[in-house]
Order: sequence, then C-alpha cells, then structure tokens
Amino acid sequence: MNRLDFEIIKNVVKDNSRVLDVGCETGELLKFLNKGKKIDGRGLEISQKNVSICLKHGLSVVQGDADKDLVSYPSKSFDFVILSQTLQATHSPEKVLNELVRISKRAIVSFPNFGSWVIRLKLLINGIMPESDLLPYTWYTTPNIHLCTIKDFKKLCNKNSINIEQNFFLNKNRKKITNPIKKLFNNFFSISGLFVLKK
Amino acid sequence: MKNSKKFALLGTKKSLKLDSGKNLRSFKIAYQTYGKLNKNKNNAILICHALSGDQYAAGQNPITKKTGWWSKAIGPNLPIDTNKFFVICSNILGGCLGSIGPKELNPVTKKEYNMSFPVITIRDMVNAQKMLIDELDIKKLFSVIGGSAGGFQVLQWAASYPESVVSAIPIATSFRHSAQNIAFHEVGRQAIMSDPDWCNGNYIDKKKRPEKGLSVARMLALISYLSEEAFQRKFGRNLQSKVSLAYGFKTDFQVESYLKHQGLAFVGRFDANSYLYITRAMDYFDLPNQKKGGLKKIYKNSPVKFCVISFTSDWVYPTKYSKEIVDSLNTVGADVSFVEIQTDKGHDAFLLDEKEFNETVKGFLKANASKEGF
Repeated sequence: MNRLDFEIIKNVVKDNSRVLDVGCETGELLKFLNKGKKIDGRGLEISQKNVSICLKHGLSVVQGDADKDLVSYPSKSFDFVILSQTLQATHSPEKVLNELVRISKRAIVSFPNFGSWVIRLKLLINGIMPESDLLPYTWYTTPNIHLCTIKDFKKLCNKNSINIEQNFFLNKNRKKITNPIKKLFNNFFSISGLFVLKK
Repeated sequence: MKNSKKFALLGTKKSLKLDSGKNLRSFKIAYQTYGKLNKNKNNAILICHALSGDQYAAGQNPITKKTGWWSKAIGPNLPIDTNKFFVICSNILGGCLGSIGPKELNPVTKKEYNMSFPVITIRDMVNAQKMLIDELDIKKLFSVIGGSAGGFQVLQWAASYPESVVSAIPIATSFRHSAQNIAFHEVGRQAIMSDPDWCNGNYIDKKKRPEKGLSVARMLALISYLSEEAFQRKFGRNLQSKVSLAYGFKTDFQVESYLKHQGLAFVGRFDANSYLYITRAMDYFDLPNQKKGGLKKIYKNSPVKFCVISFTSDWVYPTKYSKEIVDSLNTVGADVSFVEIQTDKGHDAFLLDEKEFNETVKGFLKANASKEGF
C-alpha cells in the first residue's frame, strides 16, 4: 500500500522543501523522497527502535507521539507535513489534523477509507468487523481506533476550515482511480484517500 | 587501548578567563587519546566525562587498575569505533587526575590550592577543552559526546563553539540543575565539610583525608544514580552473610554493604575538594540563563547535528528535560534527533552497555561519518 502512497507523495512534495514525516516508522518514505529529490527531511516516530533504525540511515528523527508532540513545532515551520495511513490511529484526529495544517504550509494526509464498497460488503455479508490488507487487525487488537470514511474526513476538514487542495483515490488494486464516475463516488469506490490540505 | 599519561600545558600565551572573573595562566590539562587522527583531521571525537569520571575512558585505568569507565562504548568496532574515530578524553578543569584543580600546586604560593582554587563552571571546563583541541590543532570536532555532567559540557560546546562541532550527543542530561539536583549535591558537600578530617579544605597539609565525608557523599549520590527497580532487582532485602537480622547497626543488608564498599572505593581515587568544586560547577549550570531568549536563542541557526538521548528510569535528569532541549531545538529548526531508551537501570544506564543505547550511538555516528566522507 505504502509504495503507491509514496509515489503520489513524491509528486506532491516540491524540491528543496522542508518535510516532516509524522509516524515515519523506519524512515522508508523519507529515504524514498531523498532519492532523486532534494529535501530537508525530518521524522517523528513513536517507537524507539524505529527511531534508532532511522538514525542508522542518517535521518533526523525525534521519538515522540503525534498526539502530544506536534504542539512543540512552530507554525509554518515545514513546507510539507506528511501523515501517511496514521490519522486513524491517533487519539484526537481533529487536534492532530489542526496541528498538521498549523505547522506546515501544506499537509499530506492519507488514510484507509472505511466507506469503501469492499468494507461495506464485508460488514453487510459477514456482520463482523471487517479486516483487510489496510486494516489487518481484529477489532480487539487494532491500533486503528478512529476509523473514518472519506466523507467523514471531508466533513471534518470543512468544520475546521481546512482547504482540500488536491485529492487522490486508490482502488482495490491500489491503482489511482481515473474513471470519472468512480472518482465522483470516491467514498464508495476507493479503499484509501490521500489529501493535500492547507489552512 | 593503552593509556599513557598525556598532558597539555595551556594558557601560556593567553590565560583562561573564568566565569568568576579570575584568570588561569599556564595550567595543565591531562588527557588520553584512542585511535588515530586521519589526514583531514575530521574524525576527532571529544568525550566529556561526568562528575566522578576521568580521562581514562577506555583501556585500563592506571590508578584503579580497572577498565576505563566507558570501555564498553569506546574501542575497535564498539559504538564509538576507534578504528574509525580519533577519540579524545580530557580530565575536566577542577578534576583530580592530573588537570588543574584544588589539589594541584598554586604556582604563586607553591602550595596546594585547596579552597583557594577559583570556583569554576561548566563553561570554564569547555573553554579549557577548546584550548586543548586548538593545541592538538583540530579545527573541527566530528562529535562531542557525554553523559550527565558530560552532557552539560556537550550542550555548552554546541552553545559556545557551534562552528567547531559537526555533531553533539548529550546523554542523560539537562540544560540546568534543578532544586532537587542542587539539594542532593549540597547534602554531599555538607557531608564532606562536616568531616573533621576535612580541616577547612587543608587536609593534604595536615596529612589527613575526609574519608567518611566523601564516602557518605558518594553513597548518597549512588542512590540517585540507580532506579528504585534496579536497587530492588540487585539487592532486594537480601542479608549480608547472615541468616537472620542481627538486631544491631552493623551491616545487615546487602544494599548497605554495596554502598559502603562503593563509598570507600571512591575515596581511594577521588579528591574531596575536587568533589566540592565540580558539584558546584554543576549546580551553577543554567544554560538558558546564558542568553536572553534562552535555549531557543542560544541554538538559533545552529549548524550542529544533535542526537539527544535519555533513559526512562533516570530520575536525576528525567526525560522531560531532554524533551525540553529537543523542543527548543525543533522550534528553531535545528537538526535534532531524540530517543528515550527503555531501561530500569536509572541515570547510570549510559555507562552500562545498554543494547539499544549502543545501537543508537553507533548508527548515528556511522551515518554521519559517511556523510562527512570517512
């Protein structure tokens, strides 16, 4: 999944920009962006082991928690802040979202769409919490405590006066949706959405 | 990893102006080096030792005959790899293993300084280290690394000489001494100064040593260096060579025996007056107070790459202080990384071969060395 996210993100992020990857794990995205692009990349990651792996790769990463530690970054201190497939695992998505757009000129946020037909169908037929590639956990072990649909997300942005500058939708085969009908009904057809936000 | 007694005579041309306003002229700093300085002279790492440390960071300490205090971290293929780096460790100003300090002779009076030694600060120590680095003809240090009071020096280096360091690793440290830190030190100092053998600091003249006072100071400090869990794990309520309580005040518990032993061992290698001066220097450390605007102003536009490391069970300099440093560095857009190592070993964890800690230091240094081209 991430790989395709990465390509889209790489196209959005401009050369010579300051980038913060929130929840950067072992630094795969930062390394990917570093290849062929000149960026000043930083990371925020909750796991100490992952941070140490990032350091080994020459990345600058702070161990911390998106829910608590974004407040310490000054406003508009990054050109791009990225939160890839992590929003649903935060304790206060609304607060985090507002912090992202505060500290950056543009925030790139992607998340699994709980409104996708795949998930709807699973729930409808099986009647149990759906598991998928993007959401591979049982309901009682999942770190994904704030799942939402694309529609929900757009509503939240609207409520907080956050502008959606660009959006990308992925289908079940992890390809960018290009069909205009499916694009129109993205909340039904896409398994994941990626948004470029500005405030 | 051989140790030989190396000294540098500093301040011969220009004296060292201390924070107190006094000057030190023609003074010795004792130091050790490990590994080789490369041709470009860009692989030098300065190790800053803590309160009770010394310049014998690796190899065998010629005084105690034990291995150096950081011999698990410094050496061939170790985190601070001497195959790659040229490692320098100097005895701090005010120390008692060869560098100028209270037990050395005052060139004017030809007698030991004792309590007439000027009160020194962390910044004074760093300024003396900078003179040593200049003397060694090294323009830029690849890294400055240190834990605890060594971490103070690292932070001070990055503040005073940002152009002379590529990277800085402050470990288990803080940017100022808290009331609790000062309180612990004051009890230690009072223990020393209320020992009749301290003789107002002139014990060398009187052929005495404030052994009781200094060992109590050390025992107290050791309690703070370990965590509650570590004490419990190591000693519990285990009895010392007895099957039952003795109903007296001799050593009943293993933990008592440990502290007494450590206290005595310390007395054998450390000067009481040095202990007073260095703890004072630590108490005086208040980095944000050095500039209006505090840490943010101090580190604004800093070219230094920071790697801040703290330990979960450190209650001398808890993680929150490291985080404050990290937050300030983030605020000014400095290049900062930070890890908090999970351990129950307390403040002393940085001396104790913690796997995740070693990995972090090793990875950070190696990645940055390859960026520097070696």
